[in-house]
Amino acid sequence: MFGAEFVPLSLPPLVIGSLAAVACALPGNFLVLRRQALIGDAISHVVLPGIVLAFLVTGSLGTWPMMIGAAAAALVAVALIEAIRRIGGIEPGAAMGVVFTTLFAAGVLLLERSDTSSVHLDVEHALMGSLESLIWLDGTGWGSLFDPEALAYLPPELPRLAITLTIVALLTAIFWRPLKISTFDPGFAQVIGLPTTLIGLGLVSTAAMAAVAAFDAVGSIIVIAMFICPPAAARLMTNRLEIQILWSVLFAVLSATTGYILAGYGPLWLGADNTVSAAGMIATVAGLILGLAALFGPCRNRAGAPLGA
Amino acid sequence: MLLDAFTLGLGYNATLVTLGSALLGGAAGVCGTFLFLRKRALVSDAISHATLPGVALAFLVMVALGGDGRNLIGLMAGSALSAVLGLWLVQKLTRHTRLAEDAAIGAILSVFFGFGIVLLTVIQTMEAGKQAGLESFLLGATAGMLKSEALTIAIGGAMSLLAVLLLRRPMTMVAFDPEYASATGMNVSRIDMLTMMLVMAVTVVGLKIVGLILIVALLIIPPVAARFWSDNSDTVALLSGAIGAVAGYTGAALSASAPSMPTGALIVLSAALLFTFSLILSPRRGLVAAALRQLKYRDQVHMRQGLLAIALQQPIYERLTLNMLGKQGLLRADGVPTDLGRARAAKALLDEERWRALRTLPQFEAAAARYDGLTDLEQILTPDQLTEIDAHLNRPHGVPA
Repeated sequence: MFGAEFVPLSLPPLVIGSLAAVACALPGNFLVLRRQALIGDAISHVVLPGIVLAFLVTGSLGTWPMMIGAAAAALVAVALIEAIRRIGGIEPGAAMGVVFTTLFAAGVLLLERSDTSSVHLDVEHALMGSLESLIWLDGTGWGSLFDPEALAYLPPELPRLAITLTIVALLTAIFWRPLKISTFDPGFAQVIGLPTTLIGLGLVSTAAMAAVAAFDAVGSIIVIAMFICPPAAARLMTNRLEIQILWSVLFAVLSATTGYILAGYGPLWLGADNTVSAAGMIATVAGLILGLAALFGPCRNRAGAPLGA
Repeated sequence: MLLDAFTLGLGYNATLVTLGSALLGGAAGVCGTFLFLRKRALVSDAISHATLPGVALAFLVMVALGGDGRNLIGLMAGSALSAVLGLWLVQKLTRHTRLAEDAAIGAILSVFFGFGIVLLTVIQTMEAGKQAGLESFLLGATAGMLKSEALTIAIGGAMSLLAVLLLRRPMTMVAFDPEYASATGMNVSRIDMLTMMLVMAVTVVGLKIVGLILIVALLIIPPVAARFWSDNSDTVALLSGAIGAVAGYTGAALSASAPSMPTGALIVLSAALLFTFSLILSPRRGLVAAALRQLKYRDQVHMRQGLLAIALQQPIYERLTLNMLGKQGLLRADGVPTDLGRARAAKALLDEERWRALRTLPQFEAAAARYDGLTDLEQILTPDQLTEIDAHLNRPHGVPA
């Protein structure tokens, strides 16, 4: 498994998957605590019309048009959800359901009606990503990790996700106190003069940024799963937010690596000769971790006290 | 071609599919109303995504048993089973752990969907799976549908519509007031479960047409749109059913009329169009109505303040107020009030003073709560009561002539 082909074929997807998972899990912690977990679901659906429009406008599948289109679609969706909620007095869940399904349907229609046969753009790609195809041909062995010439040809998704993760982590660290206060006690946060609406909007925008960056490389299944599963599992492990974040990062990396390895090598071990979808397997492993945490996690009960304490 | 599609002239299968998706849309609209009123609209998202592993497993089982694997009824049964499992897990997670329902929904939908995708990639590598076309369950497809499949969908749609109509009473009760429903001897959790089963039935029947990613739209958009038009739950349910049916019919007909028209997306977009229409034009909660109300309110405020300014002989600078007073012949162009203007102003001032007096009198406490600076007191009190208040006004009383 760790043979010569490991570095060019498996190492980049493993790293990219882990980076994407952690970048989504960090804001996911706060979204889960604020009961906004499904924002991640909505964002990852509306990314599709965003990239289709970007493609139709620019005619290329370049990174920046796609990222800008996806980010714009995410912002439009958040604004629409808020507008429908306010104007119609509709509960947030239903408003979200209206907006993301409509935008996704518009994306599907645009995609079917326009000629995208020349490029690699379809719904399945958007859902599953292409983690397996992110290979590093210049990485000929472990030594290449120290070879600047080979490093220059890493898949571009890797540095992009590394930067995204750094930004997300920095934002989380810088705004730690206001985020924590406004998440656990919005009333108190308002009383001490924190701009709670702005903090909420900032959190959703950060989540959208992570989703858009991760989506291109790993597909929307991983994005949704990583927004919710690792933080939810971490929530069942501890009562302290700091520890919860650490658990969620651990779970995210564990899901990404185990899932990728199971998808790539599992079938071979079982005697089959084809791999299965890495994105799907990563989500499955994240679900198994959540299942274990729900069965055995020390803080799984609603009261929050560790069992037997 | 388009006309043919809408008048059901495109052959037996297309007609069945169009009618079937109209029935399905109707059932989904009515059923979704109760989900929406119970504030659990997004549970349907978990249910629909959870069907994918069931579809794939059913295919694998049917192939292993030597069958075709593409039998729609078999695939539907499989999808129903895994949807039930997903729903059960959502409830387990919500009840027995500290996770909120939204986190449980998100976790189940992503994990089940991910596992379904894994199974799909397994199927794609199999010999029998090469033309399985199970991907069509993601986004729905009606092109090349078999007659038996179209018939199954039409019957399924009709049956779920019938079931929803039979169960609408208890579901309404539980949606509005679970405590009261339980006090009258209803088994709330059983009715909740029945609602979920209906949602699942709609999802399973709709998988082939609308696809599992977009089927939630049929359960969410029609009720939200219908809610703009009425406050009566029966009316909302009926309207929602009608919106769903129209969307299903329009979407399916449009998609049959030309190639590369995705059925699911067109049905959802038809529903979204009706929703947008409701959002803008609803007489009570719509955007236009709100804008008109706002304009009327603004005019009332400007008129009142303008009249009070005339009465107190204060200068008026506000352009809109000046225009309104001028147009109604209350104020001349040089800023001097007309006789009519002076009379109206005196009346407005008197009204304001009456209100002030009213607020000091405890017996008028209820009326005082209705003060908004716009309503004439004459519209609220009887002449006798007005006389009583006038006795308290701070002005000369009993002066001999």
